[in-house]
Amino acid sequence: MKHANDDINGPARSRQDPDLLRRLLRAKDRMDAASHEDWSVARLAQVSHVSEAHFARCFKDAFGVPPHRYLLTRRIERARALLRDTDLPILDIALRTGWNSLGTFGRTFRDITGESPGGMRVREQAAREAARRMPACYASAAHRPALTIAVSEKRRREADATKTAPSKPEVT
Amino acid sequence: MSQGVGVVGLYVRDQDEALEFYVGKLGFRVHTDVNGGGYRWLTVQHPEQPSFQLGLFKPQEPLLDAATVQAVREIVAKGAMPPLILDVADCRAAYEQLSARGVEFTQPPEERYGNVDANFRDPSGNGWKMIESRRGKH
Repeated sequence: MKHANDDINGPARSRQDPDLLRRLLRAKDRMDAASHEDWSVARLAQVSHVSEAHFARCFKDAFGVPPHRYLLTRRIERARALLRDTDLPILDIALRTGWNSLGTFGRTFRDITGESPGGMRVREQAAREAARRMPACYASAAHRPALTIAVSEKRRREADATKTAPSKPEVT
Repeated sequence: MSQGVGVVGLYVRDQDEALEFYVGKLGFRVHTDVNGGGYRWLTVQHPEQPSFQLGLFKPQEPLLDAATVQAVREIVAKGAMPPLILDVADCRAAYEQLSARGVEFTQPPEERYGNVDANFRDPSGNGWKMIESRRGKH
Protein backbone atom coordinates (compact mmCIF):
# COMPACT_ATOMS: atom_id res chain seq x y z
CA MET A 1 0.00 0.00 0.00
CA LYS A 2 1.16 3.49 -0.85
CA HIS A 3 2.36 5.64 1.99
CA ALA A 4 0.08 8.60 2.68
CA ASN A 5 2.90 11.07 1.99
CA ASP A 6 3.81 9.57 -1.36
CA ASP A 7 2.43 11.02 -4.52
CA ILE A 8 3.35 10.89 -8.17
CA ASN A 9 6.39 13.06 -7.46
CA GLY A 10 7.76 10.55 -4.99
CA PRO A 11 7.87 10.68 -1.20
CA ALA A 12 7.07 14.08 0.26
CA ARG A 13 9.87 15.78 2.13
CA SER A 14 9.43 14.95 5.78
CA ARG A 15 7.87 17.75 7.74
CA GLN A 16 9.31 18.84 11.02
CA ASP A 17 7.69 20.52 13.96
CA PRO A 18 8.68 24.23 13.86
CA ASP A 19 9.14 24.26 17.63
CA LEU A 20 11.62 21.40 17.33
CA LEU A 21 13.38 23.23 14.47
CA ARG A 22 13.68 26.36 16.61
CA ARG A 23 15.42 24.30 19.30
CA LEU A 24 17.67 22.62 16.74
CA LEU A 25 18.57 26.08 15.47
CA ARG A 26 19.70 26.89 19.00
CA ALA A 27 22.17 23.98 18.86
CA LYS A 28 23.40 25.22 15.49
CA ASP A 29 23.76 28.75 16.88
CA ARG A 30 25.80 27.42 19.79
CA MET A 31 28.18 25.65 17.41
CA ASP A 32 28.41 28.83 15.34
CA ALA A 33 29.31 30.86 18.41
CA ALA A 34 32.00 28.46 19.64
CA SER A 35 32.99 26.12 16.82
CA HIS A 36 36.40 25.55 18.42
CA GLU A 37 34.78 23.77 21.34
CA ASP A 38 33.99 20.07 21.48
CA TRP A 39 30.36 19.50 20.60
CA SER A 40 29.35 16.00 21.52
CA VAL A 41 25.93 14.78 20.46
CA ALA A 42 25.05 14.64 24.15
CA ARG A 43 25.84 18.33 24.60
CA LEU A 44 23.98 19.38 21.46
CA ALA A 45 20.99 17.19 22.28
CA GLN A 46 20.77 18.88 25.64
CA VAL A 47 20.71 22.35 24.04
CA SER A 48 17.87 21.24 21.77
CA HIS A 49 15.94 19.26 24.38
CA VAL A 50 16.00 16.24 22.12
CA SER A 51 17.08 12.73 23.05
CA GLU A 52 20.63 11.81 22.06
CA ALA A 53 19.24 8.98 19.98
CA HIS A 54 17.20 11.38 17.82
CA PHE A 55 19.40 14.45 17.71
CA ALA A 56 21.73 13.70 14.79
CA ARG A 57 18.88 12.53 12.55
CA CYS A 58 16.68 15.53 13.42
CA PHE A 59 19.58 17.92 12.81
CA LYS A 60 20.40 16.40 9.44
CA ASP A 61 16.76 16.51 8.38
CA ALA A 62 16.61 20.18 9.35
CA PHE A 63 19.91 21.48 8.03
CA GLY A 64 20.96 18.93 5.43
CA VAL A 65 24.21 17.82 7.04
CA PRO A 66 25.06 15.82 10.17
CA PRO A 67 25.98 18.02 13.12
CA HIS A 68 29.65 17.04 13.23
CA ARG A 69 30.04 17.83 9.55
CA TYR A 70 28.35 21.17 10.01
CA LEU A 71 30.84 21.90 12.78
CA LEU A 72 33.74 21.02 10.48
CA THR A 73 32.52 23.48 7.85
CA ARG A 74 32.31 26.23 10.45
CA ARG A 75 35.81 25.47 11.71
CA ILE A 76 37.21 25.58 8.19
CA GLU A 77 35.30 28.78 7.49
CA ARG A 78 36.74 30.38 10.61
CA ALA A 79 40.26 29.13 9.89
CA ARG A 80 39.96 30.57 6.43
CA ALA A 81 38.91 33.95 7.81
CA LEU A 82 41.84 33.93 10.25
CA LEU A 83 44.24 32.97 7.46
CA ARG A 84 42.95 35.83 5.37
CA ASP A 85 42.48 38.51 8.01
CA THR A 86 45.35 37.93 10.42
CA ASP A 87 49.02 37.14 10.36
CA LEU A 88 48.70 34.48 13.06
CA PRO A 89 50.95 31.45 12.59
CA ILE A 90 49.05 28.53 11.03
CA LEU A 91 49.62 26.42 14.14
CA ASP A 92 47.85 29.06 16.25
CA ILE A 93 44.96 29.11 13.82
CA ALA A 94 44.69 25.32 13.99
CA LEU A 95 44.56 25.37 17.78
CA ARG A 96 42.13 28.28 17.90
CA THR A 97 39.69 26.67 15.51
CA GLY A 98 39.39 23.41 17.38
CA TRP A 99 42.13 21.09 16.17
CA ASN A 100 44.68 19.42 18.40
CA SER A 101 47.46 19.23 15.85
CA LEU A 102 48.75 21.03 12.80
CA GLY A 103 48.81 17.76 10.85
CA THR A 104 45.12 16.97 11.32
CA PHE A 105 44.19 20.56 10.59
CA GLY A 106 46.24 20.77 7.41
CA ARG A 107 45.00 17.44 6.10
CA THR A 108 41.34 18.18 6.83
CA PHE A 109 41.68 21.68 5.40
CA ARG A 110 43.15 20.34 2.16
CA ASP A 111 40.59 17.54 1.93
CA ILE A 112 37.72 20.00 2.24
CA THR A 113 38.98 23.02 0.33
CA GLY A 114 41.47 21.48 -2.07
CA GLU A 115 44.11 23.97 -0.96
CA SER A 116 46.72 24.04 1.76
CA PRO A 117 46.19 26.59 4.55
CA GLY A 118 49.31 28.47 3.44
CA GLY A 119 48.28 28.47 -0.22
CA MET A 120 44.85 29.76 0.64
CA ARG A 121 46.30 32.50 2.83
CA VAL A 122 48.29 33.94 -0.06
CA ARG A 123 45.32 33.84 -2.41
CA GLU A 124 42.72 35.12 0.07
CA GLN A 125 44.81 37.99 1.28
CA ALA A 126 45.05 39.21 -2.29
CA ALA A 127 41.24 39.09 -2.64
CA ARG A 128 40.61 40.60 0.79
CA GLU A 129 39.93 44.17 -0.21
CA ALA A 130 36.98 43.25 -2.38
CA ALA A 131 34.98 41.76 0.51
CA ARG A 132 35.33 44.77 2.74
CA ARG A 133 32.05 46.40 1.86
CA MET A 134 29.89 43.47 3.03
CA PRO A 135 29.28 42.66 6.74
CA ALA A 136 32.14 40.29 7.53
CA CYS A 137 30.18 37.26 8.66
CA TYR A 138 28.03 37.17 5.51
CA ALA A 139 31.05 37.54 3.29
CA SER A 140 32.63 34.73 5.26
CA ALA A 141 29.54 32.49 5.25
CA ALA A 142 29.27 32.81 1.49
CA HIS A 143 32.59 31.01 1.28
CA ARG A 144 31.64 28.28 3.74
CA PRO A 145 32.76 24.99 2.19
CA ALA A 146 29.90 22.82 0.94
CA LEU A 147 30.68 19.51 2.60
CA THR A 148 28.08 17.33 0.95
CA ILE A 149 29.88 14.08 1.60
CA ALA A 150 31.82 12.81 4.58
CA VAL A 151 35.49 13.73 4.67
CA SER A 152 36.40 10.05 4.80
CA GLU A 153 34.29 9.41 1.69
CA LYS A 154 35.93 12.32 -0.10
CA ARG A 155 39.36 10.94 0.74
CA ARG A 156 38.33 7.50 -0.48
CA ARG A 157 36.98 8.83 -3.77
CA GLU A 158 40.07 10.88 -4.38
CA ALA A 159 42.27 7.89 -3.60
CA ASP A 160 40.24 5.80 -6.07
CA ALA A 161 40.49 8.49 -8.72
CA THR A 162 44.26 8.60 -8.31
CA LYS A 163 44.49 4.82 -8.59
CA THR A 164 42.48 4.68 -11.82
CA ALA A 165 43.90 7.81 -13.45
CA PRO A 166 45.70 6.69 -16.59
CA SER A 167 48.00 9.71 -16.69
CA LYS A 168 49.63 8.79 -13.40
CA PRO A 169 51.72 5.67 -13.58
CA GLU A 170 51.42 3.63 -10.42
CA VAL A 171 54.54 3.55 -8.32
CA THR A 172 54.92 0.48 -6.19
CA MET B 1 10.43 62.22 2.73
CA SER B 2 7.50 61.16 0.54
CA GLN B 3 9.04 58.25 -1.31
CA GLY B 4 10.87 55.16 -0.11
CA VAL B 5 10.41 51.83 1.63
CA GLY B 6 7.52 52.06 4.11
CA VAL B 7 6.99 48.56 5.50
CA VAL B 8 9.13 45.45 5.46
CA GLY B 9 7.53 42.37 6.97
CA LEU B 10 8.87 39.51 9.01
CA TYR B 11 7.15 36.19 9.48
CA VAL B 12 6.70 35.33 13.13
CA ARG B 13 5.27 32.22 14.74
CA ASP B 14 3.10 34.12 17.22
CA GLN B 15 2.21 37.79 17.01
CA ASP B 16 1.63 38.32 20.74
CA GLU B 17 5.04 36.83 21.45
CA ALA B 18 6.61 38.95 18.71
CA LEU B 19 4.96 42.10 20.09
CA GLU B 20 6.29 41.36 23.56
CA PHE B 21 9.75 40.88 22.05
CA TYR B 22 9.97 43.84 19.68
CA VAL B 23 8.17 46.30 21.94
CA GLY B 24 8.78 44.90 25.42
CA LYS B 25 12.43 43.91 24.94
CA LEU B 26 13.84 45.81 21.96
CA GLY B 27 11.98 49.03 22.70
CA PHE B 28 10.13 49.42 19.41
CA ARG B 29 6.70 51.07 19.36
CA VAL B 30 3.46 49.75 17.94
CA HIS B 31 2.52 51.58 14.76
CA THR B 32 -0.57 49.63 13.67
CA ASP B 33 -2.32 46.71 15.31
CA VAL B 34 -5.64 45.91 13.70
CA ASN B 35 -7.72 42.79 13.29
CA GLY B 36 -9.86 42.01 10.33
CA GLY B 37 -11.54 38.70 9.62
CA GLY B 38 -9.04 36.66 11.61
CA TYR B 39 -6.06 38.46 10.09
CA ARG B 40 -3.97 40.77 12.24
CA TRP B 41 -2.01 43.57 10.60
CA LEU B 42 0.71 44.37 13.09
CA THR B 43 3.58 46.76 12.47
CA VAL B 44 6.12 48.26 14.83
CA GLN B 45 8.63 51.08 14.52
CA HIS B 46 11.99 51.95 15.85
CA PRO B 47 11.47 55.05 18.02
CA GLU B 48 14.09 56.96 16.03
CA GLN B 49 12.83 55.91 12.61
CA PRO B 50 9.26 57.16 12.10
CA SER B 51 9.25 56.67 8.33
CA PHE B 52 9.78 52.92 8.50
CA GLN B 53 7.56 50.14 9.80
CA LEU B 54 8.55 46.58 10.55
CA GLY B 55 5.64 44.22 9.95
CA LEU B 56 5.19 41.23 12.24
CA PHE B 57 3.07 38.87 10.21
CA LYS B 58 1.94 35.35 10.79
CA PRO B 59 2.02 32.93 7.87
CA GLN B 60 -1.57 31.74 7.81
CA GLU B 61 -4.45 30.45 5.78
CA PRO B 62 -6.18 31.52 3.63
CA LEU B 63 -3.47 33.96 2.48
CA LEU B 64 -1.25 30.92 2.01
CA ASP B 65 -2.24 27.31 1.54
CA ALA B 66 -1.72 24.96 4.47
CA ALA B 67 1.41 23.31 3.04
CA THR B 68 3.02 26.69 2.38
CA VAL B 69 2.16 27.87 5.89
CA GLN B 70 3.98 24.82 7.23
CA ALA B 71 6.95 25.37 4.89
CA VAL B 72 7.26 29.04 5.90
CA ARG B 73 7.04 28.19 9.61
CA GLU B 74 9.83 25.65 9.13
CA ILE B 75 12.02 28.09 7.24
CA VAL B 76 11.62 30.79 9.89
CA ALA B 77 12.29 28.33 12.73
CA LYS B 78 15.46 27.14 10.97
CA GLY B 79 16.77 30.70 10.86
CA ALA B 80 16.84 30.69 7.07
CA MET B 81 15.18 34.06 6.54
CA PRO B 82 17.38 36.90 5.24
CA PRO B 83 19.61 38.93 7.54
CA LEU B 84 18.26 41.85 9.54
CA ILE B 85 20.48 44.61 10.84
CA LEU B 86 19.86 46.92 13.77
CA ASP B 87 22.15 49.94 13.98
CA VAL B 88 23.00 50.99 17.51
CA ALA B 89 25.09 53.77 19.01
CA ASP B 90 26.84 51.50 21.52
CA CYS B 91 26.80 47.77 20.81
CA ARG B 92 28.26 46.65 24.13
CA ALA B 93 25.85 48.76 26.18
CA ALA B 94 22.90 47.58 24.08
CA TYR B 95 24.07 43.99 24.53
CA GLU B 96 24.13 44.36 28.31
CA GLN B 97 20.74 45.98 28.37
CA LEU B 98 19.04 43.55 26.01
CA SER B 99 20.66 40.48 27.58
CA ALA B 100 19.29 41.57 30.93
CA ARG B 101 15.84 41.71 29.35
CA GLY B 102 16.21 38.13 28.15
CA VAL B 103 17.09 38.64 24.49
CA GLU B 104 18.68 35.47 23.09
CA PHE B 105 22.11 36.50 21.83
CA THR B 106 23.86 34.07 19.52
CA GLN B 107 27.11 36.04 19.48
CA PRO B 108 28.34 38.53 22.07
CA PRO B 109 29.84 41.83 20.87
CA GLU B 110 32.91 41.34 18.69
CA GLU B 111 35.05 43.89 16.98
CA ARG B 112 35.92 43.43 13.33
CA TYR B 113 37.28 45.94 10.89
CA GLY B 114 36.69 48.69 13.41
CA ASN B 115 32.98 47.91 13.87
CA VAL B 116 31.50 46.18 16.88
CA ASP B 117 28.65 43.74 16.26
CA ALA B 118 26.58 41.16 18.09
CA ASN B 119 23.92 38.69 16.94
CA PHE B 120 20.56 37.87 18.43
CA ARG B 121 17.39 36.10 17.39
CA ASP B 122 13.76 36.87 17.92
CA PRO B 123 11.66 34.11 19.47
CA SER B 124 10.56 32.87 16.04
CA GLY B 125 14.15 32.40 14.83
CA ASN B 126 14.67 35.56 12.76
CA GLY B 127 18.33 36.52 13.06
CA TRP B 128 19.45 40.07 13.77
CA LYS B 129 22.88 41.56 13.65
CA MET B 130 23.33 44.55 15.89
CA ILE B 131 26.03 46.85 14.56
CA GLU B 132 27.82 49.79 16.07
CA SER B 133 29.44 51.42 13.13
CA ARG B 134 32.21 53.93 13.23
CA ARG B 135 30.65 55.45 10.20
CA GLY B 136 27.80 56.60 12.44
CA LYS B 137 30.20 58.53 14.65
CA HIS B 138 32.33 61.56 14.02
